[in-house]
Amino acid sequence: MRTNDAPLLHTQTGFVNWHGSRRDFLRGVTVAAGVLLVGCGHSSVPGARVTLTQWYHQYGEKGTQEAVVRYAKAYTALHPDIAIQVVWVPGDYGTKLSTALLTRGGPDIFEGQITKPMVTAEQVAPLDDLFPPAVRSDFSPRDLAQNSVDGKIYGLKMLDDTGILYYRKSLLKAAGLAPPKTMDEVIAAAKKLTTGTRKGLFLGNDGGVAALINIAPWSAGGDFLADNKIVFNTPQVAGAYEKMRELSDSGALLIGAPTDWWEADALVQGQAAMQWGGLWSYPTIAKALGGDVGGMAWPALETSGHPATFLGGWSAMVNAQSNQLEEAKRYLKWLWLDSPKIQEDWCLGYGFHVPPRLSLARSAAPLQAGVAAGAVKDLNSWGRSLPPEWNSAMGTALTDAVTNILKEGRPAAPELAVAAKKCERELSRLLE
Amino acid sequence: MPILQKSQADRSATFAFWAFVSPALLGLTVFTLVPIVWGFLLSLSHAQNTIHPGHFIGFRNYADLLTDEAFLKSLVTIVVFAVFIVPLTFAVSLGLALLVNKVGWGRSFFRTVFFIPSAVSYVVASLIWKVSLFNGLPFGFVNHLIGLFGVHPVAWIGTAHPPWYWLVLVTVRLWLQVGFFMIIFLAGLQEIPKSLYEAASVDGAGPGWPVFRYITLPQLKATSVSVLLLNLIAAFQAFDEFYNILGGSGASIGNASLARPPLVYLYSLALSNQDFGRGAAGGFILTALIFAVTLLQGRIFGFGGSEK
Repeated sequence: MRTNDAPLLHTQTGFVNWHGSRRDFLRGVTVAAGVLLVGCGHSSVPGARVTLTQWYHQYGEKGTQEAVVRYAKAYTALHPDIAIQVVWVPGDYGTKLSTALLTRGGPDIFEGQITKPMVTAEQVAPLDDLFPPAVRSDFSPRDLAQNSVDGKIYGLKMLDDTGILYYRKSLLKAAGLAPPKTMDEVIAAAKKLTTGTRKGLFLGNDGGVAALINIAPWSAGGDFLADNKIVFNTPQVAGAYEKMRELSDSGALLIGAPTDWWEADALVQGQAAMQWGGLWSYPTIAKALGGDVGGMAWPALETSGHPATFLGGWSAMVNAQSNQLEEAKRYLKWLWLDSPKIQEDWCLGYGFHVPPRLSLARSAAPLQAGVAAGAVKDLNSWGRSLPPEWNSAMGTALTDAVTNILKEGRPAAPELAVAAKKCERELSRLLE
Repeated sequence: MPILQKSQADRSATFAFWAFVSPALLGLTVFTLVPIVWGFLLSLSHAQNTIHPGHFIGFRNYADLLTDEAFLKSLVTIVVFAVFIVPLTFAVSLGLALLVNKVGWGRSFFRTVFFIPSAVSYVVASLIWKVSLFNGLPFGFVNHLIGLFGVHPVAWIGTAHPPWYWLVLVTVRLWLQVGFFMIIFLAGLQEIPKSLYEAASVDGAGPGWPVFRYITLPQLKATSVSVLLLNLIAAFQAFDEFYNILGGSGASIGNASLARPPLVYLYSLALSNQDFGRGAAGGFILTALIFAVTLLQGRIFGFGGSEK
C-alpha cells in the first residue's frame, strides 16, 4: 500500500485542505447531500403553523409583484399562524406550473386557466362552497362557465382581460379615415396608413395568426368547440380565414417587431398606426400618446357579423393534493372575495384589467370613461373564450391550418377539414 | 503472510474501484437508465396530466404519432434542416481550420476568436439574432445594412414566401458551432505527419488542391466522420433556436407552424398539452431515427472499421 494516499487530496488539489479520514469525508458528503435535498422541498416560514405556497406568473406591469406580496403579508398580519410564500415565476409559466402539479411539491395555490384534464387528473380542488348564490350572481355567467367543468367551479377569477384594436386618432384623421367598422375597412385603412417607415397595423409577429385565430371567426358568427363537438369546419370560419389572408397579403402588417402584440411598443413608438393589444396596456398607451388614441373591439367580418374580442384573464385555483386545502381556500376567499379593495388595487392599480366582480366593475372609476369604458362594454357584449375542453394540441392543429391558409396561400376548406379531424381525435382522447 | 496481504490489497482495490465507479454508476442509473425504462413504460400508456405509467394502451401512442401529419412534417423539417446545416458546418469549420492552421503568427488568437461563440448559450444567441440582427424594422441591423444599398426592410421571421427564417435559423447555429468543429479539425490537421507533405513535395506535388485532395482530406477521414456524426446528431436534436426564434408555446405560436422540428412538437405535446404518453413515444421514434441514420452513415463512411 502506498503511504501517501491520505495527503494526495491535500497536495494535488491544493484548495481541498483535507486532514480527516475517508469516513469523515463520506460523512461530510452525505450531510451536504442531505442539506441540498432538504433545500429542494417545501420551505416553511418560522413562527407560522401553516405555510401556503402561492404561484403567480410574471406580470409585466410594474408594482404587481410587490402588490401580491403585500396582500399576502396583510393576511398573515390578520392570521399570524398562516404564512404565505409568494413565488413569482418568470418565463414559460404554464409549463412550469403543469410540471410542478405532477409532483407532490406543487404549490398550494396558483393562478392559471382551467382545463378539463386538470380536473380529471385531480390537480384542482372544487371551490363551489366559496360561491354562495349572492357571490355567484356577482360574477358574469361567462366567467363562471370558463372556470367550470361538469358543473363544478374550479377557478376563482382574479381579473378579466380583453383585447382592443388601438388606433392613433391623428393618423386616421390625417388620412381622412374613420375608425374601421368591418374587416374590409380594416384592410383599406391599414394599406392607406402604411408609409415608408411605418406600417398600417400590428397584429403580432406571426402576422395575426395567434391574435385573430379565434376572433376573426367569432366576428363572422363562427365557433370552435361547443357541447363537446368540434364545430369550426364551416364555410363561415373558412371565409373568415380567407379574409385574414387578404389582410396578411396587403403588405400593411408590421412583422418582426422586437416586442409582440401584448405590449404596446409598436403603437407607442410609431412603428404602426393601429395595433391589436390588451386593455392592460391602456395606462402605458395613454401616458405616451395622451388623447391621441382610440380603441374598439375587433370589427365585424362583414356587415352581417358583429364585433369580437376575447374574454381572458387569470383564475386562482387550489391544488387538490395540498395538505392545507381548507386554509388555502380560506385565504383565497379573503383575498379575492371578501376584500374588494384588494381586487380593485390588483385590477386597476398597475395595468388595466376588468374586475370580475360585477358590482366592482360597475363602480370602478377608471373604467367609466373613454377607451376603457368602451372596452368594458365590448367585453360584456362580445367577449368570448374557449371552453376548458379545448387543449393546446387542438390549438396547434388549428394554428397549423391557419398558417397554411394565410402564409402558404392554401384553400381554407380542406385545411380546416384536416384540422377538424385531428381536433376530433384529440377531443375523443380527452374525453375517454 | 503474503497471501493474506494479497487478498487485503485485492479488497482494497475492489473498494477503491467501487468508490470511484459507484457515483457515476448511480448517476447513470438514476438520471439515464431509470428515465429510459420509465419513459418506455409511459410511451405505452395513456398518460394525460400524469407521469405515472399504468393505463396501458399498447403501441397506440406510436401509431397515433406515425399517422400524425404534424409529427411527420416535423421529421421532414429536421431532415431539410440537417441537409442545410451539416455540409455547411463541415465546409466552413474545415475551411477555418485550414486557414488558422496556416497562419504562423497569432494562431492561438484566431483559434480563440473563432471558438468563443461556442461558449454562448443557444437561447441568448437566438434572441440576439431575432431581436437585434434580424428584426423586421428599418433599424434592425441587417435591414439597416441592406438599406444602405437601397433595399427595402425585410420581415426576416414570419413570412413563408420567401422563407427567410431559414437564413436566420441556419446562420445562428453556424455561428455557434463552427468554432467547436474547427478545433476538432485543427487537432486532426496537427496529427498529420509532416513527412507526408515533404514526400509529396519531393514527388512534385505543389501546395494547393492536389495536396489537400490526396493527403489532407484522406488523413482527416476519422476526424471528418466524427464531425459529421456529431453534427448530424446535434441537428436532429435542434430545439433552442427554433423555439426561441419562431416560438414554441405561449400566445404568438403562429410562426412555430412554419418550421417545427420534432423536439419542439414533442415539447408542446408533452409539456404544454401534458400528454406524456405520446411525448415519450415520440422521443423513442426520434431516437430510433437518429440511430438508423447514424448506422447508415457509419456504413457509408466506414466509421468504426479498421483503418486501411
